[in-house]
Amino acid sequence: MPAEDSAGSQPLRSEEDIVASRQKVRALTQQLKFSLVDQTKMITAASELSRNTVVHGGGGSMRWELLDDGVRRGLRLHFEDQGPGIADVKLALTDGWTSGTGMGLGLPGSKRLVNEFELQSVPGQGTRVSITRWK
Amino acid sequence: MNRIPILQMGSTLLVTIQVDMQDQMALALQDDLANKISATSAKGVLIDISALEIVDSFVGRMLASISGISRILDATTVVVGMQPAVAITLVELGLSLEGVRTALNVERGMELLQKSRKEKPLAR
Repeated sequence: MPAEDSAGSQPLRSEEDIVASRQKVRALTQQLKFSLVDQTKMITAASELSRNTVVHGGGGSMRWELLDDGVRRGLRLHFEDQGPGIADVKLALTDGWTSGTGMGLGLPGSKRLVNEFELQSVPGQGTRVSITRWK
Repeated sequence: MNRIPILQMGSTLLVTIQVDMQDQMALALQDDLANKISATSAKGVLIDISALEIVDSFVGRMLASISGISRILDATTVVVGMQPAVAITLVELGLSLEGVRTALNVERGMELLQKSRKEKPLAR
């Protein structure tokens, strides 16, 4: 077995970092031998959440973990920022609700693309969105 | 910043997106296409996205905007070559690209543009 990094993180400060996070997630899902559709869903969700971190969170980071529960393998990504936070999490997860610039698909849309989705946000302190997709 | 090249073939503009675009690059393409349609009086725009491995809501919105802008400038836009996995993901994301004409490949996209040109003889 080749040595694999089972966890790591990279910064999300600029548009270039959004591209880099897509590329990282592509490499990780390929390493886990996800199907093409599953790769595409995870990369797309990562792209949406990376953009949120950069645009709405004022920058932050993406942490990744390779998971193995004995039966199946998976990938978990955490998008973390110390930005203004989300005042109404329930509203932010509603299709079509937007803070002004987008179409309001980023959060509810990426939730549909993954198996597990967790959002923690404290107004004034920041936001963490964690997503998991199992093979 | 790199820009996506726009080629002209008769009254059609051709765009092939082959790189993982930064958001600014997608916005620049939208502006460049609007200017080029106006400058060349193009009647059709064909955007080949067969090399794109993902289309997220930002790029999806860019494709919808280009379609809308070109319609107002009296040109038809066709998006061609979307990979099946990308189509599946887009719909699940909640984006069905309503108002964007699509075709399976470049050849069918060109046919569609030629047909739409014949269908509106009263337009001039």
